[in-house]
Amino acid sequence: MSSAGWFNRRGWRDIIIASPYLWLILFFLLPFLIVVVMSIAKSAAQSPPFAFLADFPFAWFGNYARLWTKWLYVRAFFISLTNAGIATVLCLLVGYPMALGLTRVPKAAQRLLLMLVVLPFWTSFLLRVYAWMGLMGRNSWFNRLLTEIHNLVTPESWHWDGIQMMNTNFAVVLVMVYSYLPFMVLPLYANLEKLDRTLDEAAMDLGSKPWQVFLDVTLPLSIPGIVAGGLLVFIPASGELVIPSLVGNVSDPMIGYVISQEFGSNHDWPMASSIAVALLLLLVVPLMAYNHFEARAQTGPDK
Amino acid sequence: MKRTSTFLISMMCFGFAFFYVPILSMIFFSFNKSRLATLWGGFSVEWYGKLFSNPQILNAAWLSLQIALLSATMATILGTMAGIALARFRRFRGRTLLSGLITAPLIMPEVITGISSLMLFIMMAQWIGWPGQRGFTTILIAHITFSMTYVTTIIQSRLASMDNSIEEAAMDLGSKPWQVLKDVTLPIISPAIISGWLLAFTISLDDVVITSFTTGPGYNTLPMIIWSKVKLGVTPDINALASIIVLVVALGVGIAAFLLTSAERRRERDIQLAIAANQ
Repeated sequence: MSSAGWFNRRGWRDIIIASPYLWLILFFLLPFLIVVVMSIAKSAAQSPPFAFLADFPFAWFGNYARLWTKWLYVRAFFISLTNAGIATVLCLLVGYPMALGLTRVPKAAQRLLLMLVVLPFWTSFLLRVYAWMGLMGRNSWFNRLLTEIHNLVTPESWHWDGIQMMNTNFAVVLVMVYSYLPFMVLPLYANLEKLDRTLDEAAMDLGSKPWQVFLDVTLPLSIPGIVAGGLLVFIPASGELVIPSLVGNVSDPMIGYVISQEFGSNHDWPMASSIAVALLLLLVVPLMAYNHFEARAQTGPDK
Repeated sequence: MKRTSTFLISMMCFGFAFFYVPILSMIFFSFNKSRLATLWGGFSVEWYGKLFSNPQILNAAWLSLQIALLSATMATILGTMAGIALARFRRFRGRTLLSGLITAPLIMPEVITGISSLMLFIMMAQWIGWPGQRGFTTILIAHITFSMTYVTTIIQSRLASMDNSIEEAAMDLGSKPWQVLKDVTLPIISPAIISGWLLAFTISLDDVVITSFTTGPGYNTLPMIIWSKVKLGVTPDINALASIIVLVVALGVGIAAFLLTSAERRRERDIQLAIAANQ
């Protein structure tokens, strides 16, 4: 192919390949390798706050050992993964019917509605978090509305004077669902849109009820979309820093926040690096599962 | 069937309300006279006026805009090159590594990207004495790096769905490789290049985490100013600033989408006409 390709003159080809390559090696791979090496260094009370060759052994895994023994880190990992997991499931519960609904409206409306899904994705992430801060405060109309509803349906002794929403784990999950919902809806829509509707009709003709058609035909066929959307939500959500630092509870930190604290406030670069490496390893596992899954899907359904 | 669609329609209404109620509420309260950002005290546009007389915010906006324009352009050039390399050059040494380097930044949590870039810049300053100070250049480099991968993904999928027999036909008719690139490939993928640029531009304009790690004294982008103000709570002037940004972005995306779809339609019609004329 390389000689028959349309762009075979070596000079141009090499420039086109080499420029992005060099850039990424220098500014992405190299920094990442620095983090990996830093994760086996020792922290030191000097500037820069780490020490390598001076005090051997060079490869020091003390940071990784601390990861497993210090409750703060274990807990932060646990909170991050559960928050991200809950947010992913909620995104799926809200996003799936939205995506399915998008495929069932007239074509003209579909364009407009799709645009309305994409638009929040383009508007600033930070500002979307901020918009929720306005709704969650104790005196906001939204909070008072929820409080009123709560007070209407509960006996007098249970009445609240406002719901504590800001600085809770609930707020973190809610804002994560809000911020990442387009990442769930769009791949699901792309997947559901391609499904052959005649399969539904065939199932209906054979006597299936609508919910049976959904469970037996649509849902199994949309699993690739569910997995793709799920990963697009779960992976960034587990490393999230902006949302927990703005609306979360500082005493229930997520792992991204812990990394930035270790790096910034504690000046423990080696510890921050080993937490980062551990987080990446944790995220690589679901990705590998996905790749395995996709490879199997491409070779056909299992028999 | 009827029941299902009622359910779906109500879920869609819920979903769209969920998307837009917070933003609309924020815009509504930006016109609030009261200093308390959440209690309505009458209509007023004074916060917008205050915004345009605040030099700190204007300077930050100008810095953000400069960085976003430059980094989006660089990211589009590099990202397009990588996209062409991955989609059209089937075999070259290190292809797997390149495609890995393209996908890795997409899944890397921002904190880690930010910290690793900062470590690189500090190490480089020690080894080769550059960059002496962090600021414009270091922010720019970091932004180019993470936004070029988005551009590549867009270009690559566009090229993958495009028939490369058109390029081969141009070759057979005697075009040189760079002519094929200039006259055939780039025009065909131009909508993808434009949307890649727009995405890179908004990503750069929006970023706060990576910027805060790679910036130096005196270089505050708009998101960083917002970030530091927002930490202290909700205020009407930030509501006003946020509303302006949201409206500008919405308008920009709307216009871009309109132009792109009409360009696409025109191109499809031209192809149809060309086919019809040949028959």
